[in-house]
Amino acid sequence: MGKLEGKVAFITGAARGQGRSHAVRLAAEGADIIAVDICGQIDSVPYPMATPDDLAETVKEVEGLDRRIFARQADVRDEAGLKAAFEAGVAELGPVDIVLANAGIAPLSRHEEHSAWQDVIDVNLTGVFNTVETAIPSMIERGQGGAIVLTSSTAGINGIGGPSRGGLGYAAAKHGVVGLMRVYANNLAPHRIRVTTVHPTGVRTPMVVNDAMGEFLAQDPSLSNAMANALPVDMVEAVDISNAIVWLVSDDARYVTGITVPVDAGFTNKK
Amino acid sequence: MAGRVEGKVAFVTGAARGQGRSHAIRLAEEGADIIAIDIAGQVDSVPYAMATPDDLAQTVKEVEALDRRIVATQADVRDYGAVKAALDDGVAQLGRLDIVAANAGIFSFGKADVLEEQTWQDMIDVNLTGVWHAAKAAIPHLKAGGRGGSIVLTSSTAGLMPFENMAHYTSAKHGVVGLMRVLAVELAPDFIRANSVHPTSVNTDMIQNAATYELFAPDLAPEQRTKEVLGERFQTLNALPIKWVEPRDISNAVLFLASDEARYITGVTLPVDAGSLLK
Repeated sequence: MGKLEGKVAFITGAARGQGRSHAVRLAAEGADIIAVDICGQIDSVPYPMATPDDLAETVKEVEGLDRRIFARQADVRDEAGLKAAFEAGVAELGPVDIVLANAGIAPLSRHEEHSAWQDVIDVNLTGVFNTVETAIPSMIERGQGGAIVLTSSTAGINGIGGPSRGGLGYAAAKHGVVGLMRVYANNLAPHRIRVTTVHPTGVRTPMVVNDAMGEFLAQDPSLSNAMANALPVDMVEAVDISNAIVWLVSDDARYVTGITVPVDAGFTNKK
Repeated sequence: MAGRVEGKVAFVTGAARGQGRSHAIRLAEEGADIIAIDIAGQVDSVPYAMATPDDLAQTVKEVEALDRRIVATQADVRDYGAVKAALDDGVAQLGRLDIVAANAGIFSFGKADVLEEQTWQDMIDVNLTGVWHAAKAAIPHLKAGGRGGSIVLTSSTAGLMPFENMAHYTSAKHGVVGLMRVLAVELAPDFIRANSVHPTSVNTDMIQNAATYELFAPDLAPEQRTKEVLGERFQTLNALPIKWVEPRDISNAVLFLASDEARYITGVTLPVDAGSLLK
């Protein structure tokens, strides 16, 4: 008997990386999944982003666990498209208990576009806001509580990111997500909807493990979390973030709200 | 189906009742054997009745009912020799150590300018030095295992924010955070993790007593200070509409941190506080 039997989770950025891992891990605990992803490229992002095939693979893995999944291509910057995807998912799977605002980009490049700042604010902060705003009216109306986890970063607590527009924007957005979480946690507490953030150190996913990121970190190794993790591990796995999220959204954490949870191999504490 | 801490051994201080008993049971439910200590006696400056040897025996009974092994010893965390002897004996019997729940704690109150010397000292000795003693005794055993480990220190919301009338408790609980942070850095190369949990009010004998009721409802006559009325007062501390959390809610956090699900979580303060720090 899984910890999330009968629950429905709305997950953004679910085509691959951490998002896919969350979809699979929550499904393994008994949840059904509404999965969205842009499945497309943003110009200022120097590594290849997810594709429709990636989202299809997530669907395959969730269905392989005998859970239901509704997947749709949607851009978290597009309020109308996000709302349509959410409502279609709810129509098929039922009301949502869990929201994972995970979709994010890291437009960090030695030859960055000017748009890197605005793009990362739009996806990593406004996209998170859009995701929560889309989901909470129905959760509040349903009156059965729920749990929301926003994906921040060590860059949401620490002063890391370097001088580029993308790096500064990434830190600003990830810090901003914490502010959102705190206000949402206070606002939604009377409705028993819990809100928290997770703060990964570098995670072994396509966002980090790619030529562009490798080149970017080579120019300034101090930007790499891997150098400063306290535990002797260069990167954590996506499942480590998923495991923290499973605990947070389950009844095991029924009274946990308004907190930041680093899953960061001791990076933040060491600074 | 293997438990989440199957085959591991956990050292729990303050295990006779309350949160400590709950941790022992929860970890045992998930497959761990337990080394348990408790003063099982009174500290003079503490204004409520503390645990007894019968309480510790009850914890033993409940762990054994889960078909797990437990070595329980009456020991005061202020006495390093006693802590070490009890833990060494437990490890000798159970074969290893993986988890430490440094939970033993006391509560008393008074304004900072009028706290008695002994009241302050007892609080630091139990709630801070006692926590260090548990970690100090455990570290050689954790290192000897070569498998890493997980140390969870029980702090409080008072470890991260101020509370009037408990400067000594607040100082000790803040101090536990400092200790945790250093342990996390010192022990990281051995993959031994250290984190702190920060409960809001927990439904145990530490709060459900006449002295604590007086602290939270000094404006009411003693006969008006019922559990129901006090519950309303405690609820105002929390963002979620609840009076207090249950010991098991803290145990679930301890279990998560002790397990491999949290294998890369270290140096973290983890409130289980119904949003009270944020309110």
